[in-house]
Amino acid sequence: MSVLVQPRSTGSGPIIDFHREASCLEIEDLSLAYGDKPALRGLTLRVPRHRVTAFIGPSGCGKSTLLRALNRLHDLNEEVSHEGKVLLEGRDIHDPEVAVAELRRRVGMVFQVPNPFPMSIYDNVAFGLRLLGGMRRRQMDDVVEWALTSAALWHEVKDRLRASAWSLSGGQQQRLVIARTLAVRPEVLLLDEPASALDPISTLKIEELIRNLKSQLTLVLVTHNMQQAARVSDYTAFLQEGELVEYGPTDTLFTNPRLRRTENYITGRMA
Amino acid sequence: MMSHDLTRGEGPWPWLAAGSVALSLLMLGALLVLLAGRGLGHFWPAPVALVELENGRWLAGEAVKEARLPGAEGSGTRGRERLYRTANRDLDDGIWTWVALETIADVGYPDELVVLERRRWGDFIGRLMAVERDGRPLGEGKSAWTVLQARLVELEVLRDEQARLRRKTIMPLAARLATGPDAEASRDLARANAQLRELRAEMGRDRLVLESADGRRLEQPLVEVVRAWRPNAMSPVEKLAAWGQGVWRFLAEGPRAANTAGGVWPAIFGTVLMVLLMSVLVTPFGVLAAIYLNEVAHQGRFTRLVRIAVRNLAGVPSIVYGVFGLGVFVHGIGGSLDAWFFEEALPSPTFGTGGLLWASLTLALLTLPVVIVATEEGLARIPDQQREGALALGATRLEMLTRVVLPMATPAMLTGLILAVARAAGEVAPLMLVGVAKLAPQVPVDGDFPFLHLERKFMHLGYHIFDTAFHGGDVQAALPLVYATALLLVLVILVLNLTAIFLRHHLKVRHGALPRV
Ligand SMILES: Nc1ncnc2c1ncn2[C@@H]1O[C@H](COP(=O)(O)OP(=O)(O)OP(=O)(O)O)[C@@H](O)[C@H]1O
Ligand SMILES: [Mg+2]
Repeated sequence: MSVLVQPRSTGSGPIIDFHREASCLEIEDLSLAYGDKPALRGLTLRVPRHRVTAFIGPSGCGKSTLLRALNRLHDLNEEVSHEGKVLLEGRDIHDPEVAVAELRRRVGMVFQVPNPFPMSIYDNVAFGLRLLGGMRRRQMDDVVEWALTSAALWHEVKDRLRASAWSLSGGQQQRLVIARTLAVRPEVLLLDEPASALDPISTLKIEELIRNLKSQLTLVLVTHNMQQAARVSDYTAFLQEGELVEYGPTDTLFTNPRLRRTENYITGRMA
Repeated sequence: MMSHDLTRGEGPWPWLAAGSVALSLLMLGALLVLLAGRGLGHFWPAPVALVELENGRWLAGEAVKEARLPGAEGSGTRGRERLYRTANRDLDDGIWTWVALETIADVGYPDELVVLERRRWGDFIGRLMAVERDGRPLGEGKSAWTVLQARLVELEVLRDEQARLRRKTIMPLAARLATGPDAEASRDLARANAQLRELRAEMGRDRLVLESADGRRLEQPLVEVVRAWRPNAMSPVEKLAAWGQGVWRFLAEGPRAANTAGGVWPAIFGTVLMVLLMSVLVTPFGVLAAIYLNEVAHQGRFTRLVRIAVRNLAGVPSIVYGVFGLGVFVHGIGGSLDAWFFEEALPSPTFGTGGLLWASLTLALLTLPVVIVATEEGLARIPDQQREGALALGATRLEMLTRVVLPMATPAMLTGLILAVARAAGEVAPLMLVGVAKLAPQVPVDGDFPFLHLERKFMHLGYHIFDTAFHGGDVQAALPLVYATALLLVLVILVLNLTAIFLRHHLKVRHGALPRV
């Protein structure tokens, strides 16, 4: 077996034992089906707090489906049925007492295609804050600046906060969307192929951003780019046909996968 | 971009397409030119000819057109006749005179010929001999014209005073008296009425002595004269000013003489008000229906069925909506409203007869499908990522709709509204059943509570055209007004649409272009 990548140290010191990590999200035997077509089959996995966890796997294996199950975006689709549990900080997110809006604020999501709203840059970032209400103008200005700074966008847009968000470049738009999500102070940030529509330089910026955000929140990243997963994630889960094939620390999974299937996939994608 | 060079060997179809566009534009242009030429030309002071006939008779009038006598042969003036508008309905039987060209001995355009626009009997064309007050002459011969002009200005002042007295003093007093006996009010009212009588007497003191071209005399009370001009003595600049004034009167005044003269202000007002009211009614319904169909309802056989039904409703002939409005709104709902709330007025109906509200509702129903379809298309074009983006930030479905989806769909809604306005403003047939009136000089908005009188009948430009063209006594005389009114209707629709288009453009600019993906 050949070692294909040497994952770079993620900068947060040596990774401590996987099993001793405090978990932020716990997925227990989660199955999900679109109508009668199963998309997830009995997944069980823990997402450690303040770490970057990557989901990889072939197209159509259910990565996006899993991600969307974590903040209940499937609620809108009447066809979707699910079984099993998702615990956020020990609490089942499907508990009838959990408010969906509140959950979605705690578990933010960034999509593959940048989706800024057709309003000004400022209004985009303030969108979630305004939904919450009860914030003074001054305070809001501060949070907007903080969020844009955290998303490494502040210096590029500080002079044109009133300009339309659609006047930004694709990479800037994606960082704006991240800033928008950060502004409501989520605990978890779900990123579904956030850089797949971007050029290499924008991609690098997003990756750096992900590494920096780790100190503030828990990140879950879906990607098709093995190098990217290796570069930014601490843990990687390999999914295939709705099942979890292998899950472990990223460097172990990439250098020394336990299963043939995982190795084949990684080798195939790396080549 | 492809090059759009028509001469490349692509066969005849680009030419066909371009040709049909050119033809449509040409026809549109021709329509506007016809309406503008015929309609606006009417207000230009036409020269008045003094015609001497070979048999020694005289006549004065504006030449309108020439025609060949049926069955006549030859060329030049032989067998042709000319139509003169000789006016003077009180002296002659009609206002038109056909004259065979061969019988004309001489045509002149003397400066002293006057045209008077009068409240009764239509125009007068002839000579002004004298202006008299209480039987004594104020001016005669040459000075009569100067005196007349001065008197007309004074008369205008008196008229204004009279109108003010009526509006400001008498009507409020009468309203006060209607609520109960009030000694002070009735004393004031008596004094105001006396004032009014004095004004009227003052206005009635002057008379004009007129003479037609063939020498018949006529005494004309000055009160009935609206305007006077001497077209042959006017310079082009004066004519232009008179033209502008004529157009302005047409726009600003109410109709006279069974809609064959005067202006169309109540009809403009009625049309615009009805369209605005219709827009106010149709937009919320249409938008809500579209939101339900596109955002709320489970997409299945039911929504498909509703969509098909809505699209088919757009094709139902408008008169059918008129019948529906008459049956349901006027007789059904209006009748019940009368029975419950306006019992004291029965048997004369309040809401149980056609009126502004019912007409607007009927047209709102008529244009509902257009608004629904346009809004739905706009909603369907909004990418789902936008919706999910809002939800993922913790927005409820309602917040997602009001803050992201609806603002993005506003241009589409306005497009629907533009189509609706264009359709509604031109409809006449259903209105005849549900509330349009031949004559309703009182516009449905005034100073009396509740200011907007939804139960009143109203005038409409489209119906006004129909009525003037077919129901007047003298179609020939009314025809220019028909053209002018038609032009106005087109312009009103244009202005309404442009307003909506500007609004839509403004919104698009504010929300930026479509997202780059
Ligand atoms: N809205 C939906 N309705 C029905 N089936 C769906 C829906 N969304 C996804 N699926 C199916 O569920 C399976 C998993 O899809 P999912 O989008 O989660 O894949 P993915 O791993 O994200 O793929 P990719 O890498 O291409 O994004 C696929 O077979 C897909 O066809
Ligand atoms: Mg996906």
